Amino acid sequence: MADSTPAAPRANRLGLPLAEYRGGKSTLCAGCGHNAISERLVDAFYELGIPPERVVKLSGIGCSSKSPAYFLSRAHAFNALHGRMPSVATGALLANQGLTAVGVSGDGDTASIGVGQFVHLMRRNLPIVYVVEDNGVYGLTKGQFSATADVGSRAKSGAVNELPPIDTCALAVELGATFVARSFSGDKRQLSALLKAALAHRGTSMLDVLSPCVTFNDHEGSTKSFAYVKEHAEALEELSFVPAREDIAVEYAPGTSLDVELHDGSRLRLSKLEEGYDPRDRIRALTRLATAQQRGEVLTGLFYVNTGAPTLLDQLALVDAPLATLPERATRPSREVLETLLAELR
Amino acid sequence: MSESMAAGDGDPSSPGGARAAVVNDLSIQVATVNGSGSQSANTVLLRAIFQMGVPVSGKNLFPSNIAGLPTWYTLRASARGYVARKPEVDVLVAMNPETAREDVAGLAAGAAVVYDEPLGLSSLRTDLAFYPVPFDRLAGQVSSDARVKKLLRNMAYVGVLARLLEIELPEVERAIARQFAKKAKAAELNVAAARAGFEHAGQLRKQDPFTIRRLDLTRGKLIVDGNAACALGALFAGVTVVTWYPITPSSSLVESLTRYLQRTRVGEDGRATFAVVQAEDELAAMGMVIGAGWAGARAMTATSGPGLSLMAEFAGLGYFAEVPAVVFDVQRVGPSTGLPTRTSQGDVLSAALLSHGDTQHVLLLPAAVEECFTLGAQAFDLAERLQTPVFVLTDLDLGMNVWMSDPFPYPERPLDRGKVLSKEDLERLGGFARYRDVDGDGIAWRTLPGTDHPKAAYFTRGTGHDDEARYSERAEDWERNLLRLRRKLDTARGLVPPPVTDDRGAEVGIIAYGSSHHAVVEARDQLAEERGLATDYQRLRAYPFPEEVRAFVARHARVYVVEQNRDAQLATLLRGDLGPELAARVRPLARITGLPLDARTLTGAIGAAEEGR
Ligand SMILES: Cc1ncc(C[n+]2csc(CCOP(=O)(O)OP(=O)(O)O)c2C)c(N)n1
Ligand code: SF4
Repeated sequence: MADSTPAAPRANRLGLPLAEYRGGKSTLCAGCGHNAISERLVDAFYELGIPPERVVKLSGIGCSSKSPAYFLSRAHAFNALHGRMPSVATGALLANQGLTAVGVSGDGDTASIGVGQFVHLMRRNLPIVYVVEDNGVYGLTKGQFSATADVGSRAKSGAVNELPPIDTCALAVELGATFVARSFSGDKRQLSALLKAALAHRGTSMLDVLSPCVTFNDHEGSTKSFAYVKEHAEALEELSFVPAREDIAVEYAPGTSLDVELHDGSRLRLSKLEEGYDPRDRIRALTRLATAQQRGEVLTGLFYVNTGAPTLLDQLALVDAPLATLPERATRPSREVLETLLAELR
Repeated sequence: MSESMAAGDGDPSSPGGARAAVVNDLSIQVATVNGSGSQSANTVLLRAIFQMGVPVSGKNLFPSNIAGLPTWYTLRASARGYVARKPEVDVLVAMNPETAREDVAGLAAGAAVVYDEPLGLSSLRTDLAFYPVPFDRLAGQVSSDARVKKLLRNMAYVGVLARLLEIELPEVERAIARQFAKKAKAAELNVAAARAGFEHAGQLRKQDPFTIRRLDLTRGKLIVDGNAACALGALFAGVTVVTWYPITPSSSLVESLTRYLQRTRVGEDGRATFAVVQAEDELAAMGMVIGAGWAGARAMTATSGPGLSLMAEFAGLGYFAEVPAVVFDVQRVGPSTGLPTRTSQGDVLSAALLSHGDTQHVLLLPAAVEECFTLGAQAFDLAERLQTPVFVLTDLDLGMNVWMSDPFPYPERPLDRGKVLSKEDLERLGGFARYRDVDGDGIAWRTLPGTDHPKAAYFTRGTGHDDEARYSERAEDWERNLLRLRRKLDTARGLVPPPVTDDRGAEVGIIAYGSSHHAVVEARDQLAEERGLATDYQRLRAYPFPEEVRAFVARHARVYVVEQNRDAQLATLLRGDLGPELAARVRPLARITGLPLDARTLTGAIGAAEEGR
């Protein structure tokens, strides 16, 4: 961006300018919600000062799944198969648990073809930030309904959706994901706070981000259009993210806010909009999601968080060094071991 | 071949009087009911013969069922070392009322029948030697517990056979001690049951010619199933990520591997140098392998036909995005769910071409348990060297039955981790192009995620890309990339294990692979001895075919390609590779019954074809 004053470029705590966190030029439609999400991801990684080389970006198939090309060019990326990103991400983290993983999926990718892998990702509590760019349609194949489309919502072709939607957040909470939230691509402040908190969380962070498809699902009658979501979105709480290294200034009167301490010491501060909502209560989260569904409410915010559950990688009790790069002497047993094992077969 | 096959001095005197003694050449079939616990008894029987230095093999023929259906175990002792299935039964142990009459009806004249007395089989035929045994009473002498008695009945037939066939009782007792090494009480009861059988058989008059005599042909050898051998191969290849979904007959491969890993690869602090994850299905198992291989792990899965079908999508991605992966496919009978507990070589074509478009894979084809180990380990080197999925095709017969084997050699060569650029390499080079063929072998260099250099990253995708891994639909990029992938497969021809060839200038050649090998070895002897037909033999161990294969076909007027499927799958691949002129020499000899191939079938088929040509 051209600036009149030749000020030194801003840099994060690693000394990297924002540009080092950008990706390629987007080929998605101008105004697509997915682009806004990419921008928020760039900001989040930049602001947290995460080294981009330590990050892997994984996705399935769809417009949404193209987005890893549009942030963090310095990170390895894997645009895998339709609905099968969770397994690829699992394998990558098994190989190298030192990586920070961000998975980007679509609502078709997650809730239709990929629902099988999605549910198992949630129950394994793999440490990954899993973002569903949720537009209620298949963008890349031009406008068919996805499994998150609301009953009665109208496609551009005029067809009306008759089937109930899958609430991916309720599903994620039900299955054991340890950080579950919903946001809106147009809500810069909330989405940024949630993404940063998700990155600081160790476990599966599932973010369903309503991300209007301006080309196939932004019309009258759609419940995933910009206008509709803007109109109906209701935040459960107001969020601010307090990084570990920052002084914590008291912004809110005690009793109206709740701090959730995340794994790296940073905090997610929730200022209550809804009386007494505690996102650490799983049953409460499920009931609240069910009532939102019933009322046709577009509820956003952090629904559930559990910072105490072991991740899949914890359960496997792996050595500290990445399995991928262990030297031969650590992975190939000795000649004596072979002798012993063969002796048992004699 | 009813004459003695004893190595050295056959004893021509015949205890039964009717036939010359048949020493160390017999097959025993035990007919029981699935779930009746005969497995231990059969293993003890096999071990006792093995310990007497006599080459022996054992095969389970069991239904896809947990309990209640008929099951057979066939054991073959052969001084000449033949281990293929022998369809003729010399000694039948009839324990299953459901099948006893049918089993007896199927015997050739002169066979022996040890049977459970209440079955009253002796009146069925006059040309067999019948030995009635009151198994309930014998087991009852040892234990009064009904459940224990049921199991001991089995060990009692081992004792009976020991007396009848002259298997040394101390060897039986040694084998029992080993079988129940951690259960002293069970060992004691089983020894007592075997002795009871042995004692009882002292009252029987020997009427058949079959005996086992001590030899010295098994010294230093192992007894192991192919799945455990594959597991050991993976272990000594330094496998780090194992993901799987249970399916017969491959499950025991991962179960063995998991046990070996837990024993050998957990540090004193309780931390592991491996991860084993049971996935939700084969799609996910393969996806995890691809993710792990991409990130640099030595990753594998094991499956069988139906699982392989589900892996097709990821196999194509692995091929095109060039990700190392190892898949052990323990073949069972297809199509569809097929015969889950029967054996075949029916996945060869689908594995070679698994997935849509122009996809081609590297296959390794072990024939014996020793190769399950060596090729199983080599698969990891090849996958990383070639940056592609490698499929190790075994089968149920090889995987789930125990076989004799020489000890497995410790891998002498260091692990081949393939072309990986480190941070230092990147500093020196300034950058790299992920899919550029800098060495002319079709294999490009890669970096691993997490490499701490700003130029390390690249974008992996299953869609068209240029040599810098950027999305591309340009015709030149697509064509160049696909041609390079073919060049890579050509490189593979020179890296995969070469065929094993016995070429002595005969006119007729035989090509086989995998577990069909054992029937071919025996059939070649039969063809030579019975028909005077000399044959040359080449055993393939990999696809794409190394150069030697073409030369072998070119050297022979007719080449019989032996395999266990309906559609002559390997012959199809071979013909495609050879081109029309040489392809005409290929004579498919494909047989599929679900049972392991036997030599007689081949001898008959090749003999007839040679006569009628
Ligand atoms: C196995 C398979 N089936 C179908 C497709 C075609 N396909 C490509 S993208 C897509 C839908 C993507 O929808 P969504 O995940 O909602 O992402 P969006 O494009 O809306 O961002 C489909 C069905 C495919 N690529 N692979
Ligand atoms: S089609 Fe829809 S989802 Fe796809 S890029 Fe365009 S606006 Fe976005």
